[in-house]
Amino acid sequence: MPILEGEGVTKYFGGLAAVSNVDFYVNEGEIIGLIGPNGAGKTTLFNLISAALVPKPGIIKFKGKNITGMKSYKICRMGLARTFQSVKVFANISVFDNVRLGSYFGKSPGLSSADAAREAGEALEFVGLSAMSATPARDLTLANQKRLEVARALATGPELLMLDEMMAGLNATEIAQAMELVTMIRDKGITIVMIEHVMKAIMNVCERIIVLHHGEKIAEGTPQEIATSPKVIEVYLGEKTDA
Amino acid sequence: MDTARFTSKGFLVPGIINLVILIGLATLPLYGSLYNVVLITSIMMYAILTVSWVMFSGSSGYLSLATATFFGVGIYVSALLLPNTGAVLPLLVVVLIAGLGSSIVALGVGALTLRLRGIYFAVFTFGLVILVLELLNWWEHSVTGTRGRFVMLVDNDVIFYIMLVIFILSMLTTYLIRRSKFGLALQSIGENEEAAEHIGVNVTMVKVITFAISAFFMGATGAIWATKLTYIDPYVAFNVLYSFLPVLMAIFGGMGQIYGPVIGAVIFAYLQETFQTEFPYYYMLSFGVILIVAILYLPGGLVGLIQKAWRRRPGGRHADT
Repeated sequence: MPILEGEGVTKYFGGLAAVSNVDFYVNEGEIIGLIGPNGAGKTTLFNLISAALVPKPGIIKFKGKNITGMKSYKICRMGLARTFQSVKVFANISVFDNVRLGSYFGKSPGLSSADAAREAGEALEFVGLSAMSATPARDLTLANQKRLEVARALATGPELLMLDEMMAGLNATEIAQAMELVTMIRDKGITIVMIEHVMKAIMNVCERIIVLHHGEKIAEGTPQEIATSPKVIEVYLGEKTDA
Repeated sequence: MDTARFTSKGFLVPGIINLVILIGLATLPLYGSLYNVVLITSIMMYAILTVSWVMFSGSSGYLSLATATFFGVGIYVSALLLPNTGAVLPLLVVVLIAGLGSSIVALGVGALTLRLRGIYFAVFTFGLVILVLELLNWWEHSVTGTRGRFVMLVDNDVIFYIMLVIFILSMLTTYLIRRSKFGLALQSIGENEEAAEHIGVNVTMVKVITFAISAFFMGATGAIWATKLTYIDPYVAFNVLYSFLPVLMAIFGGMGQIYGPVIGAVIFAYLQETFQTEFPYYYMLSFGVILIVAILYLPGGLVGLIQKAWRRRPGGRHADT
């Protein structure tokens, strides 16, 4: 049974269908890539899954349970965490407390402060930010703020993690590190759905790719299938002159 | 005094300072003049309003101008239950009921309006003061037929001690919230509400509960303040000035530290009391000037200034390390 499913997921902004009748499924333990040109509706789909927006019509199921219209904090506590395209760290709170908030309020609220601190410490260690625990989040580099968001999401104890353009704006070294981090997270047994524009990352890391265009799902398959699909090349990769 | 928290002396220095202030305050009616007791009662009233305003608005980032509403509800509860014709209930019970009454109003208002963000929330809470004021006006005119109400006389020392207890409780509550995971959640809402919700924080509940807790202290203070006023009408009880003064006092003192709002309120209220008697025509003007200077040159408030000076002194530690 898929861990996450969507049936006929649709969202209109005024007259514009940002996401239109999209069906998808994510199996446990997979790394799914979600790609598409700018404005294709990728982030909107993320927002619909994490309930920042409500699909109309459409149904989203997580672990077999209908989560459509549920509050975001409840979805998080069920084990579905995410990061944001434009980083949303708590700028004036220390790196450690950013993550500690995740372990306090995530999947197992009611954690003792010692346990929460331990979990936060582990999550920071995992993403490699232990040395910056006491720094206010605003003082981190963009790459580290993105790592911090991942650590914070991991601290909530997710079974499924959604990464929204984790690699955008990073340099080559940082991208390589981020790719490694993604596989490390999967190796912990966490299912991953990632939006990404960095093709190298998508092709290397993902097991299956979903392509959105103008809010519609136009293709789905292995990286190999997607890379050779004429339809994808036409609408997504554009003219041949385009890099 | 705040920077001492960061030195190796830890809790000791602020602890002793707190204790000395507390003992000084608690014994004040024994040696102080009546004028001083009354003056400090009103200073504490402003301090409570400011501290409880900061409790919610300081961390959550929601600018509430509803202070006068909750304060006024307290004043009115007191006027209804402690009329000069004889108390319906004991004084302490009335203070408690007033606090709870304000909390309940805050729960209702909060549940309805805390989804409004930024300026909309501020405007709504401001409108609330006017709304309740006009409703009571209408009620007093057409239903009860009274213009104003006389409140039972209470001994000044009793008012002083009840005010002191409310003040201590509001400080303790602020301290406990700041140290708790609840306070951390509130702070995360102020930083980025969407992110807070997505890591499992029930943002609506955290906001509404804090709003209600802060309203409790405002209401309780209003109830005891009413016995000092002895005569009230809706215009006295729901004076919008009580919505703005705590905000100004908090800015003046600085909101970064727990003592900032208290220092701001104490100095501001003291100046107000003395200016009002010394320069009745200029006191509002001088306030305006002080505030403009504070906003332009003291972004961290008075406490921020003290910390800066502390760090600059030779051998001074960095308070933010």
